[in-house]
Order: sequence, then structure tokens, then C-alpha cells
Amino acid sequence: MANVKKHEPLFHIVKRDRMPIWQSLIIRLAAIVLGLLFCGLLCNIILDVKPMELYKTLYDGVFGTERRIWKMAKDLAVLLCISLAVTPAFKMKFWNIGAEGQVLMSCLAAVACTIYFGGKMPNWVLLICMAAASILAGMIWAVIPAIFKAKWDTNETLFTLMMNYVATQLVAYFLIVWVPSGSSSLGEQAFGHMPIVYHRYFILVAVVAVLTIFMYIYLNYFKQGYEISVVGESQKTACYIGINVKTVIIRTLIVSGALCGIAGFLIVSALDHSVTTDAVGGRGFTAIMVSWLAKFNPLIMVATSFLIVFLQQGVYEFANDYGISTAFQNIIVGIILFFVIGCEFFINYKIMFTRKEVAKK
Amino acid sequence: MILDYILNAIAIGMTFLYGSTGEIITEKAGHLNLGIPGVMCVGAAGGCAALHYMIVGGITNGFLLVLVGILASFIAAFLMGMLFSFLAVTLHANQNVTGLAMTTFGVGLMKYIMFGLKEGNSIPYLKALSAFRFPFADQTNGLKYCGVMVFLALIIALLSSFVLFKTKVGLHLRAVGENPATADAAGINVTLYKYLATSIGCGISGLGGLCYIMDYAGSRESYLSIEALGWLAVALVIFALWRPHLSIVGSVIFGALFIAGQFIPTLVPLKFLQTMTAAPLLKMLPYVVTIIVLTVTSIRDKKENHPPQGLGLNYYREER
Repeated sequence: MANVKKHEPLFHIVKRDRMPIWQSLIIRLAAIVLGLLFCGLLCNIILDVKPMELYKTLYDGVFGTERRIWKMAKDLAVLLCISLAVTPAFKMKFWNIGAEGQVLMSCLAAVACTIYFGGKMPNWVLLICMAAASILAGMIWAVIPAIFKAKWDTNETLFTLMMNYVATQLVAYFLIVWVPSGSSSLGEQAFGHMPIVYHRYFILVAVVAVLTIFMYIYLNYFKQGYEISVVGESQKTACYIGINVKTVIIRTLIVSGALCGIAGFLIVSALDHSVTTDAVGGRGFTAIMVSWLAKFNPLIMVATSFLIVFLQQGVYEFANDYGISTAFQNIIVGIILFFVIGCEFFINYKIMFTRKEVAKK
Repeated sequence: MILDYILNAIAIGMTFLYGSTGEIITEKAGHLNLGIPGVMCVGAAGGCAALHYMIVGGITNGFLLVLVGILASFIAAFLMGMLFSFLAVTLHANQNVTGLAMTTFGVGLMKYIMFGLKEGNSIPYLKALSAFRFPFADQTNGLKYCGVMVFLALIIALLSSFVLFKTKVGLHLRAVGENPATADAAGINVTLYKYLATSIGCGISGLGGLCYIMDYAGSRESYLSIEALGWLAVALVIFALWRPHLSIVGSVIFGALFIAGQFIPTLVPLKFLQTMTAAPLLKMLPYVVTIIVLTVTSIRDKKENHPPQGLGLNYYREER
């Protein structure tokens, strides 16, 4: 009998109960630090740059001057706003990857207002019009997939993805209509600028800060927020306790689209005053990762969007300093994301090593 | 002119075909890999980097160039697939997020690599164009785009359809994608199938990027549009109802729609189409068509047209 080898795995994985928040935060921080160390090593190998040099440039690139700090705050606010927008849908396990298109449509709507109404009404009325048009456009773009999802269970991931490209082409179409010269680049619009208080980006940052707190309260203390999390956890449970799942799906996407609308409105009125097909610049996709990394908690999202913006801006400066392609920022962001995504495993599961019975005897 | 249009459509369609065939294999294993655009970029970068170093190193044998280029492209994309599998299968990470991170990473990596692949003002890897466009490299019409990789795409698509639907391996793979727990109970090695299918699928997708640069576009800046093509390839999977052989037809249609902006105005004598504003509307077509197909199939609700049931869900053996 003793000769029969029993194959026993070296370890097996067990699902954890909920981990204390501080512990999970430590694991995530460790993953980020490991990721940064890895990036430092990578730069050392391929670019022959000392790792410390990389970290120093990163820090300088973001906090070096007051201008850079404001730039960071601006990017952070926009990314955070879009992340907030996608969150309610994700909490419901509705994989809306169409934030890009929803924001783009609302940018388009806002610019349309400045073109058709600019100069014909006082600035504050125009701003209200723009906000209303943006929110409406964002809602429409978000609610179309939601209706199909609720009625016929159409795959929302791919539907929303396609809506992005329809939006891009619509913008391209209107650019040709609006710019008769054919250059397709619409200059800065003279009307519909957000008033400047304290600093160019101050209002933007303030609005997003208010939105963050509102979303936190909405998701955690409102009845609607509760319904969202029940539908996300289990649609059957939701039916059982009398929640109308279809209504919740459509309503949540209206909220989500409206927030995208606000993001689009802010981009146009406070930053760009114009629109291009690349006005959102992939932030609709980045926002998904920001929201997911924060586990759909709006307050933690401030930190996760800071992480992404910090890396993007820091590496951008680094790439400029060393004369390499600025696409390097995507590589670094990607690597850090892989580390953070991977570390979730250690938060949700634990590895149990099989005890060596023989050794004990 | 019409023939030229069709040939162009076929040539660019093959980029989608690679992407969608790879993604179909991946999805059949239950993985919704949104990293396909990134994977195609990495495939393109891997192939072009290999070509660059071979040509700079003085290798001019066309056959060798094509072979090594394709292999390098496949391997680079295969490694991306391994990364995805490691995160999604072994570490149970969320597939959507992993895929999007792969797209971010892949696009960045490609831009970084392609940015460096130059010798002064010339781009060495473009010297391999004639080898890739074999046997029609000397033609002046659309036929010149129908090179080696176009035929390879057709072969791979037909072969994958055969393997998926006519062999035992394919049956097992589909079982893994539909219901991994059942497949596991039936003694199928779920982890192995998921790993291999995803990685091979990614490898095939990666060839799409190389195909676009070396067969169709053949210019310096062409790599910048691969990401957009990748998303269309993901859309094509639905259009083809998860069948690689249908994807051949779908990819040519998508290709035709994608370049409709260039050809339709000269082919169809409608006044509206001659104006500048028509181009973006024509470009919108592939996406709108995909949305229509998606909704129609979901409304008709036929079982064989559904995505694999376990799509996007991770399998954890101890979970009930």
C-alpha cells in the first residue's frame, strides 16, 4: 500500500469571506508598488534609465509646477466624472462600454447649441441650454441599448461598443456640415464659455467634487441605489422581492447617460469649446477600469482616477524628456493595471498549501 | 471599377477575418476578450519588428521573410493571449477589465515599437511588401492587395470552422464555453482548453494586424488605424453568429462597407453620394448593420444563434 503514490496537489485555492478593507487596501497598494518597481526595472533595461530617475520625473511631471498640478486636477476631474457616470450601470452588472460615445454625443449636442443659439441669448441661458441638450443626448445614447437589453436581453457590451462608432461618425458628419471649408476642424466657439472663478479649471473640479459626493449618497443611501445593487447581485432575488428589473435597468442607464451628458457639457463649456471625433480620447474606456478598480465606490474612485492620471501625465513628461514615443504612457498604465487586476485574486481567494502529513509523522 | 472595389473589400476584409476568427475561438472557450484590438496591434508590431531586423540584417529571401514575419506576429499575439488567460483563468480576474487593459497596453506597445522601427527616413519592413503581396505584387489594380496572407486567412477560417464543429476537440471546446462545470464533470481539462483556445485565438487575431500593414495598407502611418479595425473584428463575431465560415462572408461585407466611402460615390451616380457629407454616413454603415444583426438575433431568440452561455463568466470549480 505504501508504494501507491497518491497524487495530491501542492495547494488549492479557497474563496475568502469578506476581507477587512484595510487589508485589501494594503494588497492593492503592494500591487501598485510592485508594478512601479517592475516599470522601473523595464525602463532600466530598455532605456538605460535609472529607476529612481523615472519616479522622480513622474513626480515632477505631475507636481512640478502649479500649472501641472492644475492640469492634473483637470484631467482627474474629467476622468472621474466619466467614471462616476459608468458606475451605476456596472454596479448592476450592465457592461456599458459606450461611455465614449455617450460623452461624445453630449459634446456634440453642447457644441450644436453654441453654434445655433450662440450670440442670440445671454450666456447663462445658453449654458443652461447646452447642459440640457448634453444631458438629453447622453441619456438617449445610453437608453437605447438599455431598452433592448431590458426587452430582449440584447448583449449590451457589444451594442454600446457599436454606439461609440456611430457617435464618432455622426460627429465627423456634423463637422463636415459645420465647417464648409472641408478642413473638418471646428475652431473654438466664442459663446457658451463657463465663467471663470478663481482659476480656469476651478468650476470643473468643483462640479465633479459635488457629483462625487452625490453619487456616493445615491448609491449607498437611496432606495434606487439599493435596487441597483440587488439587481447586480441577482436578478432572481430582485424579482422575488418585487423589484421591476426592466424598470431598474432603463432608469439606471438614464442616470448613467445623464452623468455622461454632464461630462460632455463640462468638456465643451469649460475646456475645449469645440468638438472633434477624438474629444473623449479613450477616457470612456479608461473610466471603466477606474470604476472597477474602485469597486464601484465613488470615494475610492478619486484615488483610482488619480492613479491613472498621475501615470499618464507623469509618463508623458518622462517620454518627452527622453525623446521616446508618448505612447509609452499606455504601456506603463497597462502594466500597472495588470498588477492591480491580478492582485484582486489575493483579495478574493486564499491559497491553502496541502499539509505534508508524512513530514509530521 | 466594381471589380477593383470587390478586390479591395476582400483584402481589407481579411484583417477582420483574422480578428474575428481568433475572437470566435476565444469566445467559444467562454472568454469575451475585449483586448482583441490590442492583440492585433501587438501582432502587427511583432511581425514588423521581426521583418525590420531581418531586412536590416540583409535577408532578402521573400519566402523566409513572409514565414518568419507571420510566425513572429503569431507568437507575439499568442503571448498576449497567455497573459489574458493567466489573469482571467488562473487569477479569476474580470474579463472585460482585463481585456480593456490589454487594449491599452497593446496599443501603447505597438506605437512605441513602430515608432522606433526606422532607419533614417526609410522604413525597412516595408521592403517586404512585394514578398507579402506575392503572387500579384506587380498588378496595378486591387488584385495587388490579395497576397499570401489573404489566402492564409481563408484557410485558417475554414480550418477553424471544421475543428470547432466537426471534431471532438471542437466539441469539447464548445462544451467548455457553454458550461464549464459540466465539461469539467465530463473529464475535460477546462483550464487547458481555456488557455490554449484563448492563446491560439489571440495568435490568429494578431496576424490580422500584420495582414493589414503588409498586405493592404503598406504605408508608414498605417499602424495607427489597427485599433479601430480591431473593434470591428469584435463586432464581426456577432455578425457571423460565432461561425468562422460565415465570418468570411461577413468580413468581405464589412470590408466593403468600411471602404464604401472611397468607392461608392464613383460607382453609384446619386447626387447625394457625391457630396462630402456622405462619407461619414457610409462609414457608419458597418456599425449600424452590426447593431441591427445583434438586435434581430436577440429578438428572434434562436438557440443556435446565441453567444456561448458561459461567455464572460469565470469558472471556479468550488463555486456552486
